[in-house]
Amino acid sequence: MILVWLIVLLLAAGPAAWMLERRGSQWPRWIALGALAIDLVLALTLWTERETAVSLSNQGVWLADLRIPWIPRFGITFHLALDGLSLLLVLLTVFLGVTAVVASWTEIRERVGFFHFNLLWVLAGVLGVFLAMDLFAFFVFWEVMLVPMYFLISVWGHEHRMYAAVKFFIFTQAGSLLMLIAILGLTFIHAQQTGVVTFDYQQLLGTTMDQTVALWLMLGFFAAFAVKLPAVPLHAWLPDAHTEAPTGGSVILAGLLLKTGAYGLIRFAVPLFPDAAQAFAPVAMVLGMVGILYGAVLAFAQTDLKRLVAYSSISHLGFVLLGVFSWNAVALEGAVMQMLAHGITTGALFILAGALQERLGTRDMRRMGGLWTTVPRFGAITLVFSIASLGLPGSGNFLGEFLVLLGSYRANVLVTVLAALGLVAAVIYSLAIMQRIFHGPADESWTAPDLSTRYLFTLGAMIAVQVWLGLYPQPVLDTAGQALQNLRGFGETTALISRR
Amino acid sequence: MAPEDFIALLPLLVTALSSLGVLLLAAFHRDHRCVAVVTSLGLAAAFFTLPVAAGVAPRQVTPLLRLDAYALFYAGLILAASLAVTILSYGYLEKQEGQREEFYALLLFATLGAMTLAAASHFAAFFLGLELLSVSLYVLIAYVRTDVRPLEAGIKYLILSGTSSAFLLFGMALIYFQSGTMEFARTATLLAGTAALPSIFLVGLVLILTGVGFKLAVVPFHMWAPDVYQGAPAPVTAFVATVSKGAMVALLLRYFVEIAAFRSEMLWWAMAGIAVLSMFAGNLLALLQDNIKRLLAYSSIAHLGYLLVAFLAAGPLAVEAVTFYLTAYFVTTLGAFGVVSVLSKPGSEAEALDDYRSLFWNRPWLAGVFTIMLLSLAGIPLTAGFIGKFYVIAAGVESSLWVLIVLLVGNSVIGLFYYLRVIVVMAADGRRDVRPADTAQAPHVSYADGLVLAALSGCLFWLGLYPAPLIRLVQTIQKGVTGS
Repeated sequence: MILVWLIVLLLAAGPAAWMLERRGSQWPRWIALGALAIDLVLALTLWTERETAVSLSNQGVWLADLRIPWIPRFGITFHLALDGLSLLLVLLTVFLGVTAVVASWTEIRERVGFFHFNLLWVLAGVLGVFLAMDLFAFFVFWEVMLVPMYFLISVWGHEHRMYAAVKFFIFTQAGSLLMLIAILGLTFIHAQQTGVVTFDYQQLLGTTMDQTVALWLMLGFFAAFAVKLPAVPLHAWLPDAHTEAPTGGSVILAGLLLKTGAYGLIRFAVPLFPDAAQAFAPVAMVLGMVGILYGAVLAFAQTDLKRLVAYSSISHLGFVLLGVFSWNAVALEGAVMQMLAHGITTGALFILAGALQERLGTRDMRRMGGLWTTVPRFGAITLVFSIASLGLPGSGNFLGEFLVLLGSYRANVLVTVLAALGLVAAVIYSLAIMQRIFHGPADESWTAPDLSTRYLFTLGAMIAVQVWLGLYPQPVLDTAGQALQNLRGFGETTALISRR
Repeated sequence: MAPEDFIALLPLLVTALSSLGVLLLAAFHRDHRCVAVVTSLGLAAAFFTLPVAAGVAPRQVTPLLRLDAYALFYAGLILAASLAVTILSYGYLEKQEGQREEFYALLLFATLGAMTLAAASHFAAFFLGLELLSVSLYVLIAYVRTDVRPLEAGIKYLILSGTSSAFLLFGMALIYFQSGTMEFARTATLLAGTAALPSIFLVGLVLILTGVGFKLAVVPFHMWAPDVYQGAPAPVTAFVATVSKGAMVALLLRYFVEIAAFRSEMLWWAMAGIAVLSMFAGNLLALLQDNIKRLLAYSSIAHLGYLLVAFLAAGPLAVEAVTFYLTAYFVTTLGAFGVVSVLSKPGSEAEALDDYRSLFWNRPWLAGVFTIMLLSLAGIPLTAGFIGKFYVIAAGVESSLWVLIVLLVGNSVIGLFYYLRVIVVMAADGRRDVRPADTAQAPHVSYADGLVLAALSGCLFWLGLYPAPLIRLVQTIQKGVTGS
């Protein structure tokens, strides 16, 4: 039941925040924060119980499991389940949700209630995506994320918000509909073979089908996930959406929505069609490699701070794509670690960019420079996250990228070698952030207040998590590893070729 | 006729009696509110006789009408839609000048015609129902005579509808010539042994399809739709878009399933061509519109294209998908035109895209309703439109119509452009140019109109979130039609 509460709480808090806006603009903020705090507590409870829960649950796979009949005509159940992988991402969702609310505290002044309604509903959708084990429910949650995010960008965004919002919506929706066809195709093939119409993930696993059909269906899923991830030819929506969204929206977009794409690949695209995925793996790995380099090069060329961070996301998520399609223990754990670390790092960088824009009124780095003396706390914290973003040892990003490269080396040497160049490029663009904003001559003498305590507290928590991921990753790797082991992988072997 | 026959006919009889009652009332006591209330009560009463009629269903009443679960379901849909249109019309006509009372009698006649179509099992009933519907609509479309555009729309509809009826009659004549019967069931038995349809019969079918195509406004018979949608009073537009089309789809589906028309491959391909053309023409032309009513007209052309994809899937799932999709389409289209109707001011309808600018901040509830209706038309989850689209795609996938399904999905994406465009306009920033005079002038939403919109929104979410009860109902009526 706790899984339902996680989602329902946010869904219910949304309208409450909207309605109570008339009592004062602080109400929605506190309601959103309160709901997310309760969710955080619930998720942490699940985390502390994770060791015992596995042995207790009869399936042995899920830490928590829940089924409610929904549309019997098509064998659709409302099936939520949680394993280690979902648990980590749920924690990330709730944590970043809290930071997004805090980051919007002073930035959002118009229609505060509606803003928090949308924020909470996006988060509820994301949680649903990470928990749904029925493909129909998964698809519904997948789409539930979409509309509120569209509003977040189109109402509270920056200059070109309408363009960015529509682009985001159409790219994502086109991918989703292809996935819908693939879901239905899979279901009907399953029904033809067994006579049972079902959308349940576990029942659909291991459906045998013609190799070409499998490839097409896999590509249907891949299209949706690759748009969200984003993989390179389908990334065009991302720089616009990330740049134009308000800070809270950017945090959720970069920190969470991109992860839903990665999660989908790990949970659905590969396990449902292992052979097709294996056949497709070289292409996907090359796409990942291209994304790493392309994102890094374009990031360096940006003058808009948020745009730079957006392109760096493309680069970082390229590692995830590379890791997933290498499909071995090391690479997959690396991919999961990269997802978590990227969520924290990029979320923090977007918060910093947003706070800077709130103070200076611009994101143009050409107009900045020498800001360290004006806002030293800003500089110090940005430095921490820039070096995390470039993957310095001690950060989760380093661990993620390192493990991915280690794993993918076994799968494809050439691609891995080229992808490793991305690490060098990451150093260049990450340090460029520091150089352009905080060092050099101060052409325009900005006067701005430094980070407030509220920001320091939030960003401090994010630094703590980041350092924890970097220095003591074993609990996270174990939790993820346990779940990954249960996934069906390439060929007939289960996911993990070798455990440490 | 046995007493059971009258019981089975109750919904039609009650509607017919109410229309006569309204005519008499208008002759003796001209009072707009009174007439509207009587009409609503009549429709509601007819609706509540449905369970009674269902008690004796399925029943063949004379060779003309077959009152089975299928007919009664569509009758219910038509009655509910007419009730919504009646209530919306009251608010709309209050703002207009001239005599208003006859409007309701015509609306009831049209409803009766539509129900006859849904229950028809004979060409005579088909034609009677169709003419009853069409002739009432000629007048309804041109009812507001102070403006030139309703008149233009009325004439256009009259001429094209007349032409299409001629096609239809000629088609019926050819089929009668070939088979010697006008009953659907007898035609079916005559054809039972043959693998291919006789050529004269086929020509007849194609001519009938032409006539039906006009009513459904599918490409290439769609030319009238944008003009008529734009010119007609908004509630009448809603009626044309839902009841008139829905009744026609009901009849076509029953007829095609009964005679297994798709044994002719040529017919299937013709229909597939119509579906594809409708989807593309509807969606692409909708992109160019700056007028909400025209935009919705083109969008409804595209939606009929989607519907035909399910139609083409054949098999039990197709009947279910068509029926469910149509129900969702009814709810959504009524809601969308309902908002247009409510926003209309005396003498001018809220049809320009600019009339909706910043609506979100001036009239949040209305804008909210319009937004969810548009999202439902676009097929976004949690709305009825999504389950409808899901059903259609499921039916298509089951019959392996991959090309059609991919085209449908491509078109849904095109569709997003113009639905989002309206939402974008509504969400546009009104902070700087809020003119208090404007908000004061904006028409007041009456309780009745608000109730209709709330009920439609409720249905939209209900069908979107928990469609299981309706699916069960649709499954039972499907069994009655396909016999499996």
